[in-house]
Amino acid sequence: MFELLQFTPSELSILALSLKVAGFCVLLILVPAIIVAWILARKSFYGKSLLDGLVHLPLVLPPVVPGFLLLLLLGNQGLIGQYLHRVFGVSLAFTWAGAVVASAVMAFPLMVRSARLAISQVDRNLEVAAQSLGTNPMRVFFTITLPLAMPGVITGLILAFSRSLGEFGATITFVGNIEGETRTLPLAIYSYTQVPDGDLPAMRLVILSMALALGALMVSDKLERNAYKKIGYAHD
Amino acid sequence: MIEVRAQLKRQHFELDVDLHLDQRVTAIYGPSGAGKSTLLSIIAGIITPDHGRIVIGEECLFDRVEHINLPIHKRRIGLVFQDGRLFPHLTVEQNLSYALKYQTQQNHQVAFKEIVDLLEVSELLKQRPHQLSGGEKQRVALGRALLSAPRLLMLDEPLASLDERLKDQILPYLKKVADEINIPMIYVSHSSEEILQMTNHIVKVQSGKVKTSFLIE
Repeated sequence: MFELLQFTPSELSILALSLKVAGFCVLLILVPAIIVAWILARKSFYGKSLLDGLVHLPLVLPPVVPGFLLLLLLGNQGLIGQYLHRVFGVSLAFTWAGAVVASAVMAFPLMVRSARLAISQVDRNLEVAAQSLGTNPMRVFFTITLPLAMPGVITGLILAFSRSLGEFGATITFVGNIEGETRTLPLAIYSYTQVPDGDLPAMRLVILSMALALGALMVSDKLERNAYKKIGYAHD
Repeated sequence: MIEVRAQLKRQHFELDVDLHLDQRVTAIYGPSGAGKSTLLSIIAGIITPDHGRIVIGEECLFDRVEHINLPIHKRRIGLVFQDGRLFPHLTVEQNLSYALKYQTQQNHQVAFKEIVDLLEVSELLKQRPHQLSGGEKQRVALGRALLSAPRLLMLDEPLASLDERLKDQILPYLKKVADEINIPMIYVSHSSEEILQMTNHIVKVQSGKVKTSFLIE
């Protein structure tokens, strides 16, 4: 029983890698997701349903599909990837940065959905009131819309973070399963289940995953409460 | 001097007005659905009319022919709505100073303290909008609009959501503002009692048309 909690250094480094990938994933999508969410919530234009569909596609496709498409696009021989590799010396395929991109693609729709809902619930009359006080629309967004949408944005962040921690299909397809580079928690658990005597380390990683997920949910709940309190709603 | 000519055609609604306002306080009066709020939205820049021209003093805010259409934040028109529209995430003090924060022209005609005293909101500064009564909210909203140093103040049924007792409490503040601060005011209401306390220059709007514009002796 005790050995279930005796994490080895390599298991802890798997945890660290997963957190690193998930953290950068959230940083990568934060701003673009809020922009797309705002466009979807507030603008009407020709082709909006197409944009909406494209954003949501990773949510409904088997994760292997986006992973494969990423490989075709951003792989070292890929359409954009070969250019990145040649000109900037950047290689995404089979690196941890690629794992960030793969999980970002998968987490993006969750972040957008959450932020979009929150933005569309912000009373537009308040934005008009702010503009009538001489504030330009951009500033109104940062001083009124975004603060009032903050609870939803935070929920989206936690959802995206958790999605990234759990990302498997797109990651293994695009960046493989390389120890110390792209082998995040789910990939490591899967790998251990494939080898003899892997059950115990797999079990330990399962415990880590569960603790992490539970922690993320609790932090999210706390942050959301604070955010609601901040915008003047009592929330329970 | 305010000149508003506007035509707007929507599926079930038509607005056609031609107004020249030269009084300090003008009341716009008419039944609900007559187009009073639409008219205010057009002047404020929230709705763009199909045709027309809006001029305040020397400056043209909108002219279809000349392709002039100032956005809301450049029109310098203070708005007070029925529901106050205070920013729920900011304190009363922050709501008031929001009006000063992003002003391009630093012509603080009316100083912060002056407004706070005039409307007697100094006790409320640290509170959040959800802690205020309806009447207090309207006083803060009025103060916020004044602090933005508008060249025109428009009030859209500012007392409609208040009960009789509160109305009687707020009206003196409105009159004080009209008397003490030199900003032209457009006061929209469907209550003739309220209007008669504010001004004797009345524009009557019905079914999107200016029916009569008159001065009560």
